[in-house]
Amino acid sequence: MRAVFSLAVVIILVLIAQVGAGSAGMRYLLGVIIPYIAMAVFLIGMVYRVIKWARSPVPFRIPVTCGQEKSLPWIKSSKLDNPHTTLGVIGRMALEILCFRSLFRNTKTELRKGPTLTYGSSKYLWLGALVFHWSFLIIFIRHFKYFTEPIPSFVLLAQNLDGFFQVGLPIVYITDILILVALTYLLFRRLLDAKLRYISLAGDYIPLFLIGGIAVTGVLMRYFTKTDIVAVKQLAIGLVTFSPVGADVLGQISSIFFIHIFLVSVLFIYFPFSKLVHLGGVFLSPTRNLANNNRMERHVNPWDYPVKVHTYEEWEDEFRDVMKAAGLPLDKE
Amino acid sequence: MSDDMPKPEQLAQISYGPPPKNWMDNPVKFRTGTFNYSANPDSARYVDFPYPRKWMPMEDDWQLPENWQEIILNGLKDRLNKYRTLRVFMDICVRCGACADKCHFFIGSGDPKNMPVLRAELLRSVYRNDFTTAGKILGKIAGARKLTVGVLKEWFFYFFQCTECRRCSVYCPYGIDTAEITMMVRELLNLVGLNIDWITTPVANCFRTGNHLGIQPHGFADSLEFAVDELEELTGVRVEAPINRKGAEILFVAPSADYFATPHYYTLLGYLALFHEIGLDYTWSAYASEGGNFGLFHSAETMKRLNNKIYAEAKRLGVKWILGGECGHMWRVLHQYMDTINGPADFLEVPKSPLTGTVFENTKSTKMVHISEFTADLIKHDKIKLDPSRNDHWRITYHDSCNPARAMGLLEEPRYIINKTCNNFFEMPENTIREQTFCCGSGSGLGTDENLEMRLRGGMPRGNAARYVRDKHGVNICLCMCAIDKATLPAVMDYWAPGVEIGGVHEMVGNALILKGEKERDTDLRGTPLVGKEGTGDV
Amino acid sequence: MYDSGKIISGLIIFLIIATAPIWYTAASGGTTKGPEPEIITTEKQCVRDTDYMRHDHMELLNEWRDQVVRGDDRVYTTASGRKFEKSLSNTCMSCHPNKSEFCDRCHNYMGVDPYCWSCHIEPKGGSR
Repeated sequence: MRAVFSLAVVIILVLIAQVGAGSAGMRYLLGVIIPYIAMAVFLIGMVYRVIKWARSPVPFRIPVTCGQEKSLPWIKSSKLDNPHTTLGVIGRMALEILCFRSLFRNTKTELRKGPTLTYGSSKYLWLGALVFHWSFLIIFIRHFKYFTEPIPSFVLLAQNLDGFFQVGLPIVYITDILILVALTYLLFRRLLDAKLRYISLAGDYIPLFLIGGIAVTGVLMRYFTKTDIVAVKQLAIGLVTFSPVGADVLGQISSIFFIHIFLVSVLFIYFPFSKLVHLGGVFLSPTRNLANNNRMERHVNPWDYPVKVHTYEEWEDEFRDVMKAAGLPLDKE
Repeated sequence: MSDDMPKPEQLAQISYGPPPKNWMDNPVKFRTGTFNYSANPDSARYVDFPYPRKWMPMEDDWQLPENWQEIILNGLKDRLNKYRTLRVFMDICVRCGACADKCHFFIGSGDPKNMPVLRAELLRSVYRNDFTTAGKILGKIAGARKLTVGVLKEWFFYFFQCTECRRCSVYCPYGIDTAEITMMVRELLNLVGLNIDWITTPVANCFRTGNHLGIQPHGFADSLEFAVDELEELTGVRVEAPINRKGAEILFVAPSADYFATPHYYTLLGYLALFHEIGLDYTWSAYASEGGNFGLFHSAETMKRLNNKIYAEAKRLGVKWILGGECGHMWRVLHQYMDTINGPADFLEVPKSPLTGTVFENTKSTKMVHISEFTADLIKHDKIKLDPSRNDHWRITYHDSCNPARAMGLLEEPRYIINKTCNNFFEMPENTIREQTFCCGSGSGLGTDENLEMRLRGGMPRGNAARYVRDKHGVNICLCMCAIDKATLPAVMDYWAPGVEIGGVHEMVGNALILKGEKERDTDLRGTPLVGKEGTGDV
Repeated sequence: MYDSGKIISGLIIFLIIATAPIWYTAASGGTTKGPEPEIITTEKQCVRDTDYMRHDHMELLNEWRDQVVRGDDRVYTTASGRKFEKSLSNTCMSCHPNKSEFCDRCHNYMGVDPYCWSCHIEPKGGSR
């Protein structure tokens, strides 16, 4: 149900753009005004979100440790899974953010006859997620070629590596295939696993369909119904130089491009208000980004306050007689 | 164990397929055996918990204060502003489901709301409704829902069905820590007087007498005296167990169950024998006679109130540093919270082993050393004589307790000690040990008789792993370093892996330790005859 | 503990990366003026219409290559009935011999690096 709803939302968005691309005024809206709004909402929204997180302190140092702690000198500690230094934390975070370390641990629990529980290694989610995110990043970098003139060499490098196999014409980008495969996996995983379907919200399907729509329109434009990419680049440069192009250039671009850029704009607007903020949140998770140096260095809680305690004096007053009878030492006789 | 408890094969008839209805439309049912009773109002009153009253979870009317919603939503707002964890964890979950089958309660019950992700959604849905724009505008489609009595009951049921073990957090790509969310919700429930007795009464006891069991100073002294007598009978050596002795070098703090419950008691005998043998200048304290801290299971404030006694007593007695016994959640508090909440411990010195000269640099701020760190160092430096064959009647496995594993990373020290004191050690399967260890199913204050079915369900993964090594290697004892484990795993083992007993690491040390002037040892600390000594002892 | 220093640095890095094209284009003086390939031929009409050539010339060249190399089919007939040899060097470059002012202008603008010249000999010095 929630999947159907989300798909419907994205289809409606596609139709809006399709219809809009038919008129010159709407082309300006879709190609210029909405992208500006989207960028502003995305940047301000993300900064706002992170600042909101940052304004809440980390009162306690509570890393989740996944290996041997640093203790006695002759015991080998796990420097990355249980770091006790800043360098170790950076390593742990890098592994987490670049390689999805925690997902790599994933297991699948099965209950068999006996009753016997088994835990098999299960790397599909890790692989699917990693392929999706890396493909997305490389595609994102590749798109810098539309926004820069001359094109920086790292963008060309990303593009050349992506088209390394020189298959097809235009050359097929590996990431174009990978992202579609990964998105399909992530979607069907959610739909076919009853547990996952049960926990999934509309907010879990919308990004999949939205990014799927972006990828499909992008692939269509590159390999099938071509558009005037020189005009597209002029439009993009117009956006980043704050001198947007006019109807002459907009008129040369085919309508599928407006669907593409509209879906991208919606994604950017949707981003700060959705689960996609994990982009920023992953850096701020206190169970991962703190060193396990708990007993080495004191951590200060900014809102610490005095509490009512039962002092030794009160305690001795209460139990003096029995303590005396038991021969226990007393502070006051 | 009650007679109406289903057999293991029946209890393990678990379906992991969720019900057809949306989880929001599936109200909670309080079925006997799966929840804990409410707090005794006298205990709650003693420690100033709000709205103490007589009520019961299975009753319809929970006698909530009139403005309970306002109290909870204000409490949530307050905590969102105080804890970055809460704010971030509310926003960033992508519901990837990696955590789903990692929770022992989900594995043992199949209840979808025991999937960590859905447990958190119970709170997240309310957070969305009242604290996010999307939730305010879109409501249910954005996964938001109003805070109703039904939701509150769900919170009570499921957040007292999480043992704060943090296993799910290990697998989460963002490290979302359900324990942290559970702590927050339990604090919120406390604001409207919804506490359970197995947390509240131990807290009240501990606040008053110094320990969870409510043992008064003379009772504490008697217990230790009894243990000293017993140890003398077993070994022929009379040891000292000084209490509240000013000027001692080290204050020793252990969970109170160690001196009042079995099988913890054998670990206590192990400590006493060890400290005597190495001539440790130490003292117990009747005031700080509890290392554990059920306040952790209630609220940050209560944790601080109870924990206060340890540093206060160390200061009063003028010790140089503190040594802590075998316990799980106790070490969560000592390692991750104590220095922050009740430090700085600038009146203490950086711990240094008086025997080996080892400076425990890893404790230079908190100044509290775990006994397994201390003992591993002693053994490494050959400071004690051990006869591992005295543990030959045991075929041993080791259960990493949740907190030492996932809040410290105390993995190798206990294994080193076990390997030096025992000859037959077998690990359980790798996905069930170290940071992937499974909870006993009774942690965080849930270890009651009325909750037995749920505890056994939660204990199923651990019991299963123990049964595996029992069948494969003939394991007959599972060691652990946690007082709650020692109290509750025996029931889990009797149910899922009969024949596997529960013991402590320092129990094995006590067995193997050769004491100066000891008599011929015929039995271990339990009175079980040693291999080759069967029938010779006067047991 | 807030770590505000680290978070603000992180946010600044995020903003710089997210807005990098703005700074980059400002610094490089990029404008919306697109590339202007120089057409020096006197021919009035290419083998297909301009719009098609703009989007799809690579498809046409690809087809030609396959037909010539695999099918020995060397003659292309335009819609108006004119016949041309299917040849990059002999047909295309007879009108557009100026690779650097014609081909490269758009290709460089779009960061496209076609592999025409891994087989064909590149015309020397833009030969006007």
